[in-house]
This record gives sequence, structure tokens and C-alpha cells, in this order.
Amino acid sequence: MSIPQTVPTAGRTRARANGWAKSILRFLVIIVTTYLGLLAVTFFIGRVIPIDPVLAVLGDRAPAHVVERTRELMGFNKPLYVQFFIYVQDALTGNFGTSVLTTNPVMADIRRVFPATLELATLGTIIGSLFGVPLGVLAAVKRGSIADQIVRVVGLVGYSVPIFWLALLSLLFFYAKLRWVAYPGRIDIVYEYSFTPVTGLYLLDSFWQGQWDVFRDVFRHIILPAGLLGYFSLAYISRMTRSFMLNELGQEYIVAARAKGLSETRIIWGHALRNAAVPLVTVIALSYAGLLEGSVLTETVFAWPGLGLYITNSLQNADMNAVLGGTIVIGSVFIAINILSDLLYRTLDPRTRAR
Amino acid sequence: MMHSLNRHVRMLTAGAAMSLILMAGAPAFAETPADTLVEGWAIDDIITMDPGEAFELSTAEVTANTYSYLVRLDINDTSKVVGDLAESWTVSDDGLTYTFKLKPDAKFASGNPVTAEDVAYSIERVVKLDKSPAFILTQFGLTGDNVAEKARATDANTFTFTVDKGYAPSFVLNCLTATVGAVVDKKLVLEHVAAVTPSAEYKYDNDFGNEWLKTNYAGSGAFKMREWRANEVVVMERNDNYYGEKTPLARVIYRHMKESSGQRLALEAGDIDVARNLEPGDYDAVSKNAELATTNAPKGTVYYFSLNQKNANLAKPEVAEAFKYLVDYDAIGSTLIKGIGEIHQSFLPKGVLGELPENPYKLDVAKAKELLAKAGLADGFSVTMDVRNTQPITGIAESIQQTLAQANIKMEIIPGDGKQTLTKYRARTHDIYIGQWGQDYFDPNSNAETFTVNPDNSDEGKNKTLAWRNTWDVPKEWTEQSKAALLEKDAAKRAEMYQDLQKKVLEKSPFVIIFQQTEVAGIRANVKGFKLGPSFDTNYVFTVSKD
Repeated sequence: MSIPQTVPTAGRTRARANGWAKSILRFLVIIVTTYLGLLAVTFFIGRVIPIDPVLAVLGDRAPAHVVERTRELMGFNKPLYVQFFIYVQDALTGNFGTSVLTTNPVMADIRRVFPATLELATLGTIIGSLFGVPLGVLAAVKRGSIADQIVRVVGLVGYSVPIFWLALLSLLFFYAKLRWVAYPGRIDIVYEYSFTPVTGLYLLDSFWQGQWDVFRDVFRHIILPAGLLGYFSLAYISRMTRSFMLNELGQEYIVAARAKGLSETRIIWGHALRNAAVPLVTVIALSYAGLLEGSVLTETVFAWPGLGLYITNSLQNADMNAVLGGTIVIGSVFIAINILSDLLYRTLDPRTRAR
Repeated sequence: MMHSLNRHVRMLTAGAAMSLILMAGAPAFAETPADTLVEGWAIDDIITMDPGEAFELSTAEVTANTYSYLVRLDINDTSKVVGDLAESWTVSDDGLTYTFKLKPDAKFASGNPVTAEDVAYSIERVVKLDKSPAFILTQFGLTGDNVAEKARATDANTFTFTVDKGYAPSFVLNCLTATVGAVVDKKLVLEHVAAVTPSAEYKYDNDFGNEWLKTNYAGSGAFKMREWRANEVVVMERNDNYYGEKTPLARVIYRHMKESSGQRLALEAGDIDVARNLEPGDYDAVSKNAELATTNAPKGTVYYFSLNQKNANLAKPEVAEAFKYLVDYDAIGSTLIKGIGEIHQSFLPKGVLGELPENPYKLDVAKAKELLAKAGLADGFSVTMDVRNTQPITGIAESIQQTLAQANIKMEIIPGDGKQTLTKYRARTHDIYIGQWGQDYFDPNSNAETFTVNPDNSDEGKNKTLAWRNTWDVPKEWTEQSKAALLEKDAAKRAEMYQDLQKKVLEKSPFVIIFQQTEVAGIRANVKGFKLGPSFDTNYVFTVSKD
């Protein structure tokens, strides 16, 4: 069967260019409004919380005149809208101020903590999709069977059990009892001073530098939290895969493929899953984005120096610069992943490409 | 179809097997290196490492181990001080001039010699920067304008310090043992000063190295501070230029760990050598473990609750007294603070000059009811308490809630995080506040001042002591007595004055002091010589070693 080749005309090219321009414009509008919204909301939340930010800078025991002087220096005596204006101005130039807690510029802090979260979330998502998708397919294909029930229970447990409880329990079991994994943290202190990270992704760095003992140590630290996050996203991904697959398996083209005599393997993995992949990408991307914002509880239990822990600590100390900076980063991650999955959508689904 | 599933199962098992292999290669037992001590400790209070700015307990400990001072507290008798950089010192007869002779051979970690110039500069920068703890020195009459005159090097090894009144020498010397008394390396700091535009608030053209010292080090202690990463780690390394005996350990690492249960797990597994924040349950378990040991020491922090005198009911003296009878001290002591504190009802902690070893109050509901009836509140009243949600504070608040209910007082607990409740407390908008108070420096005046001095009780009052925060108009004679004790040169008489003051506060004040904190630590059996001191400035690790 051959389809006659169509020669693209000038009009068609223009239409396509128009389409691109439109989508770029759409992205821009999304980005600008999201950022402005984020800035405004976080700024005003930061100003109405019942915590005196000067207290965070100075601690409880500062004498009154020092408190007053600091309040003046930090600009808290200016009207709120002036403070907001100054804040937006600074943020636009990439200056999110200095963190009270760490005394570093907020951006420097985030550059340090974000790779930790990125590494954990990426590994977690890889584990989650690697196991979640096949499990979902299995459940859909063997619908109603014991295998389906097991997948359902596994998913339900992952979905409904509080992750910190699971984390503590697994720590007790794999660390305290079995000693298979290492103590919470990213790396043993023994290696902390013999290993210089470049990208901040320790697995990658140690692999690149050929430091195998470091690599193994890092792996022993990351595997449990990443496995837990993986399990958590597996629960979601497998449920969604199952329902997408069931939807596809009921379609007429499957019947046609069967009638054509294609092998079942080919039908399931090559046809049905390929079509189910389009919405699945969104599901995986969203769960990835969710993990990237830093899973606070997991990071707390595993003493993982990531973004979630950073923002939580900052929030508890009324370190609003750090909280605002962190929120902006999370917002950016969400926007970036949305755009990425949008683009991936286009590659996977030819129909969205044609338009 | 079977085929596809088999492939699937194969993949799963292969993955599982891979992970197992990787993990099986792990050593069976984790152990810290023999020349390194690893302490698990909640160090999230640290906001700066500059000794001229730091006012936190964790920083006090790190500074004490990494810097040298003129004098230090004598850990065997905390009512005395011993020389550190100072070889000897004299006090003039009028009590105004202190002359310190420095040890001639002391060096900073950088290799620069320690001179009287460095001491003078250290004090000058504290006074001129005027950060939170600066008052510990400025209370002797030092200002930015006169500090060069009052704290100066008369020659390379002689430093003179002039105060504005004839204070008790113990008071002046005790204040010099605080973190602000740490001596910084002038030459090194001068290499790192940042220029500042003078303003009305700050009239100097440089920051005296404050920005740099926040995360860096310029001291001459037994250890040098290599690194501080907020909420993560503090690393100290042996200082080979130290004038005294070299430390047995090459490195001490404070690892930030918030939770007691996590610290206990890591201690049992050998991932840390010392656990510093054990709660009663975990402390108990550690003390029963043969591989581990425990140690403890009373610290200068008292836990109390206080009644805001703006509340008409709480302002009645009988009510304040009734509250002191409505705390189940015995139950709190035997459960909630077992091992981590002991009942203590007066404002000077045990170990400080003038301590009062008396705990007159017991739970006595009948007596309390009688007092309430006298105040015209036989039917009780409703009141709120701001409670930060950490143990043992929450537990104690709940216990008090129950005992108050027995006298018909309905107390509502308003939970909040530490900064939130403090914000309210400092704005004087609370009814009852429960919290702790740690001494600013190791001298009775620190607590005496905050509990008994309140010169201006209006909302605009400048001296925001605890008495002010609770709107308590302290009787003038008490404030006078507190100030007179500062000038009493006879230590025994000075102690007596504070004891008398404490008795008065015990009897008539809106403060109900419940217990004094005991600091505890769980340690691994191979750690030798680990001892907690009477204050965080004396939690020394430079004599610790490991088998």
C-alpha cells in the first residue's frame, strides 16, 4: 500500500510557521502569567505569616535596638507594595537575595540542593516507570486474574500508606536490621573529603571519575529513598497504564491487528502500548515533576539535602528569601516539564504534528 | 501471550537480582574512622560562625573548641575562671582596670603570632559591629567611640581593659568567657574585610570581616574549623599550631540530625560516635545497651511558664501563687523530663554563683483553690497558653492543662512553631507562654537581669527583658538589689544577694519555673574522655580519643 507523496506548497509552510508561532506565544503567555502569579502569591504569603522575619535573622536573644536596626536595614518598614516592587525587580535580574539560614545567596544554595533532588527524583521515576508500566500492562492484559489483583493491591498500598511511615519502616528493616543500605544522607563522611562533585549528581560524577568505591557508597545511600519514591510513583503509573491499556485493547484496530494475524506480543507492546503511551507521558511527567519539587517527607527521613528539605527548613525559620527562591524554581520545573511533555506528545502522536 | 509475560517476569527477576548483588557487596558493619569523631546533633540553630555575632548554643560549643579566649570557665569550679591566652591578670584597686599578660608563644592556626593587638581588635569589632551578643561587652560602658581607649594593647603581650564601674571582678571575667570573648586573627581578618558605605545605622566604612567570618575561621583553638554547611555539617580539624597539647583526634564532625530516634539508630549502627539529642525513651534504651555508654551534665537552661500581667485575672497576685501550686512537679520530673532535666524552681541554674537549692512548691490543688477563692475566682476562668510543638514542652503544657482543670481553670493550648510563639511573646500578646531561657553568659547577672529588671513597663520599653515581656512591673527595690549585686566584690556576699532575690521571685512573680535542663549524650564504648561541660562553652572535645 503506498500513499502518494504530497508536495508542500507555500501556503502549507506558512500555515505551519503560523502554528509554531502560535504555540510559542502560548508558551510565553503561560510562563509570564505563571511566574507573576507565583511571585505575588508567595510574596504576600511570606508577609502575612505570623512570624517576625527579623527574629529569624537574629534569634531570640537580640537586644531591642539591634532588632530595630535590622528591621530598618531589611526594608520591612517600607510600604508593602514598595517591598513587592523591589522584590519583583530583584527577581527579574535573578537576584533572590541571601538566605538567612545559610548566609549564602539563595541561588547558590539552590544550585547545591537541587542536584540532590534531581538525582533522587530521576532515579525514582526511572524505577517507577520501569516497573510500573509493565505491571500496568500485565494487569490490563490479564484483567481480573490473580496477577491483576496483586498489581492492584501493590498499587493501593503504595498509594494509601503514608510515605514517611514506609520510609521509617524500610529504614528500620534494610538499614538497622539487615544493614544492606547505608545510613541516611547522600554519602559517607569517609568519602566526603576525597570526592569532588562536578555536576552535583553524585552517581554520575563518581561514575565519570571512575571512583568505584564512591559510586557504590552513593548507590547504597540513594537506593532506598529512590526505591521508595519509585514505588510511590509505580503505584500511580501502573494504575494509569492499566486503564489506558484497557481503553486501547478495546479499540477496533486491535481486533483488526488480531485478524491480520499479528503476534500478541506485537499487538500489546507495539500497537496498544504505543497508543497508550501518549497520555502516559503526561502521567509520568507529572509524577516526575511532583518528585522534583522535593518530597519533603522522604528527604526529611533520609536526611537528604535536597530542595524539599531546604524549603521546609527555610519555612520553619521564616527565611522568606529562600522560600520564595525555592518556589520559583519549582514553578520553573513545572513549566519546563509541561513544555517538554507537550513536545514529546507531538513526537509520539502524529496527529498533533500535522496540525 | 505467555511468551510476553515470561519476558516480563524475567526482566523483573533480573532487576531484583542485580540490586541484591550490588547491595550484598556492602560491608557488614559501618564504623567511623579511628581518628575522627562523628557527633549526631541538631545544629540547625547556627546562623553564623562569626564569634562577634554568634549567640547560639551550637556555635558556642564550636567556637569554644576552635578559638582561644583570654580566660575560660574553670570546669571543675564554675564560680572561677582560668587563663587561656592570658598567663596572668591583675585588677586595679578601684576595680576599673584589668591588665592581662598574654602567653608569649601562642600562635593562630594561620601561623600568625597571637598579640595583644589581636585581643584589642577582637573586642573593637564586637563593639563596633554591635550585633546581638555585643551587649555582653558594651554593658561595661564600651562604645564605638571609646573602645580604642578602653580595650587596648599597651605592648605586644599586655592588654588592658577598662570598665565604667567597679564591678565584681567575677562578673567581668565571666563575661569574657562568652563567645564574644574569642580572639580573632587580626591580620587574617583584615585581608577579608568588605567595604561598607557608612550610614546612620552603621557609621564605619568596613564590616570588620563579618561577612567572611560568617562561614570562615580565624582562631587559635585546639581545633580549626574547616567547614560549616547550614543544616548539614560542621567539620573541625586538628590545629597543629595550637599552643597547648595537640588533640588526639584529627577531625571532629558534627552532623546535623534532628530526630532522637534517628540518632539512636545511627549510634547503635556505629555510623556516629556520639548522639546529642536523645529523648527520654531513646536515652533509656542507649543506657541499657552494652556497646554504648551515656553521660550527662546540668546546663544553664531553665524551663518556665509565665503569666502576662496584661490579663486582668493573671495579674492578681493570688492567681500567680495558685499557678505555682497547680503544677505536678513530681509527675513531670519522673516521666516527661526523666534523665533530661531535674525539677528546679528558682531562676539561677545549678552550678552558677548564688544558686538556691530550694524547691518549695508541690502540687496542692486545695491550697490553689483557696488562693483562687481569695482572688474572687472560685469558679475558675478561661485562659490560653502558647505552646511550641516540640517535646518536652508540649507534654508539660498538657500536664499543666490537666492540673489547672482540677482548680476549674480552663486552659486552651495554642500550638505553634517556635518562631511563631516567640513573635507573639515578644509582642506581649500572649496570656501564658511556656518556654525555656538559657543564660546569655555564665554569670548570675544574666538571669537576674532578665527576671528582675524592668525599668520601663510601657509597650515602648527599650529594655525588653522577660519581666518586660510579661508586663510585670518589678518592685523598684528588687531592680536596685539586682544592680547592687553587680558591684559587690565579695563573692560570698554577692551570692547571698542573689539568693535573697530568688526567694522574692519564687514567692511573688508571674514566673513559674519548672525544671533545669540536663544535657545528655549517648556515646559508643570505644570513645574515651568524652565529657559534657557545665555550659556549651565548655563542651570540649579536644581531649577525646578513640580506641
